[in-house]
Amino acid sequence: MRRLSWFNTTSLTLGFAFLYLPMVILVIYSFNASQLVTVWAGFSTRWYGELLQNEAFLDAAWVTLQVAVVSSTIATVLGTMAAYVLVRAGRFWGRTLFSGMIYAPLVMPEVITGLSLLLLFIGIGLDRGVLTIILAHTTFSMCFVSVVVSSRLISFDRSLEEAALDLGCSPFQAFRLVTLPIIAPAVISGWLLAFTLSLDDLVIASFTAGPSATTLPIKIWSSIRLGVSPEINALSTILIAIVAVGVIGASLISKRQLLRQDADEKAAVRAEA
Amino acid sequence: MPECRFAPWNDPNEKPLIQFKNVTKRFGTFTAIDDQSFDIYAQEFFALLGPSGCGKTTMMRMLAGFETPTEGTILLGGRDIAPIPPNKREVNMMFQSYALFPHLSVRDNIAFGLKRDKLPADKIAARVDEMLKLTRLEKFAGRKPHQISGGQRQRVALARSLAKGPKLLLLDEPLGALDAKLRQDTQFELMDIQEKTGTTFVIVTHDQEEAMTVASRVAVMDDGRIVQIATPDEIYEAPISAYVADFIGDVTLFSGTAMNRTPGAKPAAADASETEAEPAPQEAETPETETVETPEAVAEIGVPADPEAPVASDDPAPAEPKAAKATPAQGPQPNKLGLWLHDKVWARVFGPRTDIVRQLPPPSDAERTAKREEPETVPAETNDIPEGGITIDWAEGQPPLIALDAPDLEDGTQVKLALRPEKVGISKTRPDAVNALKGKVIDIAYLGNLSTYHVELENGTMIKAQLANTRRISRRDITWEDEVWVSWTGTAGVVLTS
Repeated sequence: MRRLSWFNTTSLTLGFAFLYLPMVILVIYSFNASQLVTVWAGFSTRWYGELLQNEAFLDAAWVTLQVAVVSSTIATVLGTMAAYVLVRAGRFWGRTLFSGMIYAPLVMPEVITGLSLLLLFIGIGLDRGVLTIILAHTTFSMCFVSVVVSSRLISFDRSLEEAALDLGCSPFQAFRLVTLPIIAPAVISGWLLAFTLSLDDLVIASFTAGPSATTLPIKIWSSIRLGVSPEINALSTILIAIVAVGVIGASLISKRQLLRQDADEKAAVRAEA
Repeated sequence: MPECRFAPWNDPNEKPLIQFKNVTKRFGTFTAIDDQSFDIYAQEFFALLGPSGCGKTTMMRMLAGFETPTEGTILLGGRDIAPIPPNKREVNMMFQSYALFPHLSVRDNIAFGLKRDKLPADKIAARVDEMLKLTRLEKFAGRKPHQISGGQRQRVALARSLAKGPKLLLLDEPLGALDAKLRQDTQFELMDIQEKTGTTFVIVTHDQEEAMTVASRVAVMDDGRIVQIATPDEIYEAPISAYVADFIGDVTLFSGTAMNRTPGAKPAAADASETEAEPAPQEAETPETETVETPEAVAEIGVPADPEAPVASDDPAPAEPKAAKATPAQGPQPNKLGLWLHDKVWARVFGPRTDIVRQLPPPSDAERTAKREEPETVPAETNDIPEGGITIDWAEGQPPLIALDAPDLEDGTQVKLALRPEKVGISKTRPDAVNALKGKVIDIAYLGNLSTYHVELENGTMIKAQLANTRRISRRDITWEDEVWVSWTGTAGVVLTS
């Protein structure tokens, strides 16, 4: 391995420090024995224990998980359909408008999205709760899914679908048996993206959440206004761990797949020779 | 035995499998197919040949059902197929990219179409095994498409499209992605499979060699129209237009004005001292394939002093320059002393020299005598030109060309004479041929089996002459810058009016 020059070492250190120093501090203090956040009083897992006793946090976590799973699933279905239409249907009347409108929420300030949803829910007399948060999250994460899926569909060889039709598939069968399995990785990563977006959304959720349902970000935010408690440190550390495990796991799986495919192809070449 | 040949298109009672009736296809303002009508018969291997953008792929996609004609109808077995969606047609297609399903194994790819027909599992398995056997893929049944080579993928695609036993199989540039050697083998394999299964094949290709090899009939397309539909040999030997002649194979085209020949007239250029005007008609038909033999000459690199070689007399730059041409690649050669040392001493230690450039052996005695027996020039009879045909005035100061089997033309019609290089002879002395023109060798393309000579005529026109290298050692006397005669028979050229 080549040695890094002092310049590269410095920039690498600085970059990583910027990214991870706050988190490292947070993780360290989550194991603090003291009640005071800024004073180190020895190692302890006391706050993790207390967290498990805190009904309010646990409820909020449960709501968040429900909202994230349901909204990202609906968003994936709708977003994939939208992407399919945009990429496959060719030129139809209003196509430009349609695609522009699908991508608009990407750049729309969240406050405005939240506010307009709030007005809508009040207008139609829908009580704010888990359902309204799910609807709101579906709305804004759908466009992210559609971006991810349509970029995969663009590079998708159209003749695969034609071949499926040619071999006797109805258009829906062709989509289910050929297109979907092939674009599945993109659909899954779209789902994961929608899931994480929903998990950490504060702004839109605070507009659309009611007294009956609070999500974890809202709970953390409101309790911080009363002063940072070490419990929140513990909660955040758990979240970091979950995300880290997910990311590392996903990259390991995809790397292994890549290596296997590579080995397969080499074996095929050898068999030919 | 013409009745043994497969030629349903000549049989008026034969019902065509596919009929295009005044089919037009437009994309917006662009006309891809322009009012075309033609028939394809059952069990035919039909090739649509043309440059990219000529509409051949559109034609095929209309058969598959991915495009519908703007006007006109396409009948398959007498039924209009326009309202039938692609998944209900008894037509299967092999895609240019193969379009194998990457998430399915070879076996599942082949079984894909059969499963859609809801056949019982054991029937599907039997049919897939049959297909695997036909395409020699048994060993790879369990692999995914990315785990096999390009040639194997091509066979999977073929097996998959044949599995349902379609009435018609469409092949879109099926061999485009294979390398030259594999392509040739696969062409024959395709023909075998077509014969075994008795399926009608329609192939789209831009490769004229491929079309000529596999097809029973070839349709040459240009700009949305079919220019000519004929068997490969007809397309090659009797093209109906300069476009077809030029697209299929190599050709030299002479444009000029046609004049009907008076019976028995001599070519204006023929030297009166050489021939007698003899109106007595000879055989009306000179065999098409007859080419004027080049006078044999033996001028071998490294064996310049052949007493038989007629080269010495008329070769402006004999032997030496040619040897010089051949030597630069050899590198430094040992002098006499070095050679002696090598032969007596070093050869025993180091073995024979490896820096000797391999040369062709001198002709054997048998070959030399064989050559002596061959006529030096073509018998004088060739100059007694049969009646009929036309002369073509094509250039100032050049003798008119004679074409014997010309269509009926009015004097003064603008025509083109298409001449295939292999029908043109080349020689150093003036041959007794119906058409003979003088020129200079500009380029020689040595292709191993053939040599193509690019000869510049006196007025600057380039003409190609091709000689088969039927012997290993001969005919190497004609070289760059040589003054030569190119000649061809009266029936060698095709007279084209468009």
